[in-house]
Amino acid sequence: MIKAVPKPLEEVLEQVKDFTKVLIVGCDGCVTVCEAGGMKEAKVLASALRLYFTQAGKQAQIDETSLTRQCEKEYLAQISDKMDIYDAVVSLACGCGVQYMAEMYNNKIIYPGVDTCFMGVNEERGLYAERCQACGRCILAETGGICPIARCSKRMLNGPCGGSDKGKCEINKDIPCGWELIYERLKTLGQLDRFENPVNPKDWSTSRDGGPRTIVREDLRI
Amino acid sequence: MSATTPSKLQKMILSGNFAVTSEVGPPRSADGAVIEHKGNLIKDYVDAINVTDNQTSVCRVCSLACCIRLKLMGLEPCLQMVTRDRNRIALQSDILGAASFGIHNMLCLTGDHQHFGDHPKCANVFDLDSVQLIQTVKMMRDEGRLLGGFEFEVRPQMYIGAAANPFAGPNVAMRVSRLAKKVAAGVQFVQTQCIYNLDTFKEFMKIMVDRGLHEKVAVLAGITPMKNVGMAKYMQKRVPGIDVPDEVVRRIGGVPKEKQAEEGITLAVEQIQELKEVEGVRGFHIMAIEWEEKVPEIVERGGLFPRPQLA
Amino acid sequence: MRLQYPPNVRIIEVPCTGKVDVMHLLMAFEYGADGVIVVGCMEGDCHYSAGNLYARKRVNRVKEILDKVGVGGERLAMYNLSSGMGGRFAEIVREITEKVMELGPSPIRVATGKATGPIAEVTT
Repeated sequence: MIKAVPKPLEEVLEQVKDFTKVLIVGCDGCVTVCEAGGMKEAKVLASALRLYFTQAGKQAQIDETSLTRQCEKEYLAQISDKMDIYDAVVSLACGCGVQYMAEMYNNKIIYPGVDTCFMGVNEERGLYAERCQACGRCILAETGGICPIARCSKRMLNGPCGGSDKGKCEINKDIPCGWELIYERLKTLGQLDRFENPVNPKDWSTSRDGGPRTIVREDLRI
Repeated sequence: MSATTPSKLQKMILSGNFAVTSEVGPPRSADGAVIEHKGNLIKDYVDAINVTDNQTSVCRVCSLACCIRLKLMGLEPCLQMVTRDRNRIALQSDILGAASFGIHNMLCLTGDHQHFGDHPKCANVFDLDSVQLIQTVKMMRDEGRLLGGFEFEVRPQMYIGAAANPFAGPNVAMRVSRLAKKVAAGVQFVQTQCIYNLDTFKEFMKIMVDRGLHEKVAVLAGITPMKNVGMAKYMQKRVPGIDVPDEVVRRIGGVPKEKQAEEGITLAVEQIQELKEVEGVRGFHIMAIEWEEKVPEIVERGGLFPRPQLA
Repeated sequence: MRLQYPPNVRIIEVPCTGKVDVMHLLMAFEYGADGVIVVGCMEGDCHYSAGNLYARKRVNRVKEILDKVGVGGERLAMYNLSSGMGGRFAEIVREITEKVMELGPSPIRVATGKATGPIAEVTT
């Protein structure tokens, strides 16, 4: 899923401090799972904002709600009747949701309340790790199910580099060397012969480098 | 070692003599004199001079400009090229540029991550890795074709090199495997990471020889003299991919401070003498970073001077 | 133990400090509490194994929020006691009361002109 972290509170305060009616909108999707922007976090942020405005002697109305997800118009539409009264909205959805909300309510100031980080997995509660870079053409079959684009700091396809040090990446001892992991996996699968065949340059045009992407599923559209 | 190029380094290697290469680091300002000076210091002691490419991700005068300068001085440059900073368009473009000045040696590297350098916030490229860069220059040289398919007449006559690190993970056999992959991609010579653990290096070479790889790629053993015990400790603890055994640290640290540099040079010379006996070693790559003035002494005491004059 | 401690303290009992939510702490301050303390078991002795560790994390998070919104994180504290330490409990309450008296009324109370609830303390 998409992993995000709450923005520093002082950044959010700076964005909304001059408004009088602010709505915090959480998302029950990915940001709830990584505890960055769900209903719970929306409540906490709203309370923090209320405390801030009150001690500053400012009158303000801070409300909170959460939507099933913000990347879907039918859910965003559910708050259309409420939106009018607010000067500003803080969306705790990932970057996709914030943008979609801003598209639908294009005359409203919508601020992001989280920093969207990556697509990843839950290793433990509160410990999330990146796994996928959305390159658009999955090569996991060739690398024993471990992605070198997401897990090698240099996104090498013919790794490991000379800085692979006791199973760790040269840039940070907390990062396992992606290619060491691939090596171990290919060994387990009996596929080490893959190691000696050069992998050709990748076609990056299916990734971000090719420009903003759209998927059109003709089989699903009438 | 298939294609023959006008490279003088290749010529020396094919002659059966030990080849000697060294490297110079460009300055961090627009100062053309530094490379000229360093090149003159070592020119009679080496067969080719590598110029590093923004090494450890520190922005310096580009390798291509320095190699052109060395070439115009009548010397034999080796263009080091990392894939960290340039995409395939720029890499191929620089190869054509180098070749247009008659530069015939190239070292294909992935490059240190920018985390280590003076611009840790930059975006990196890594469109290709070192193996793919080897494939690319081989295609340009042998087929006159770019990665995108365009075909052209005047081909770069590059003697293709890469780095090899017997000391990195996962294990020695896999490092040989990785070199085998580079050979499959078209590499003709490698310069290894600097060697202090001769046992591990010999293990690496033994596997190379057992697999017959020593006949397909010329291995130049990397030698870096220690300046002092601080450097030895630093390299042991803080530089990934380098293996400095405790006895090396003890040896350098065991002499008084003012004698440590001399001891480091003596150690380097002893390494050269020992490595000459190792099957598959075809020469030496002396990396005396910011200490280029010691290269002549090391080459002399290593019994590698004067450089053989080939027809 | 019938020890003396200041009367301006309201005790709220919970089965484990792990039950204390970030929102409980924030709401206490929204309602005008001048100070809040969370009193849990000694670390390592939690009956539910880690409830008091989560409580510590939540208290720290709310302290940080209180600092950033201008209320002041010193008004919130967590203490670890065993149930036999009655004397220490009274001591803590005296300590926090003195501290809060020094800090003065909560800016929320000052701004709204009144307290909307008693000064609260949450304990096990």
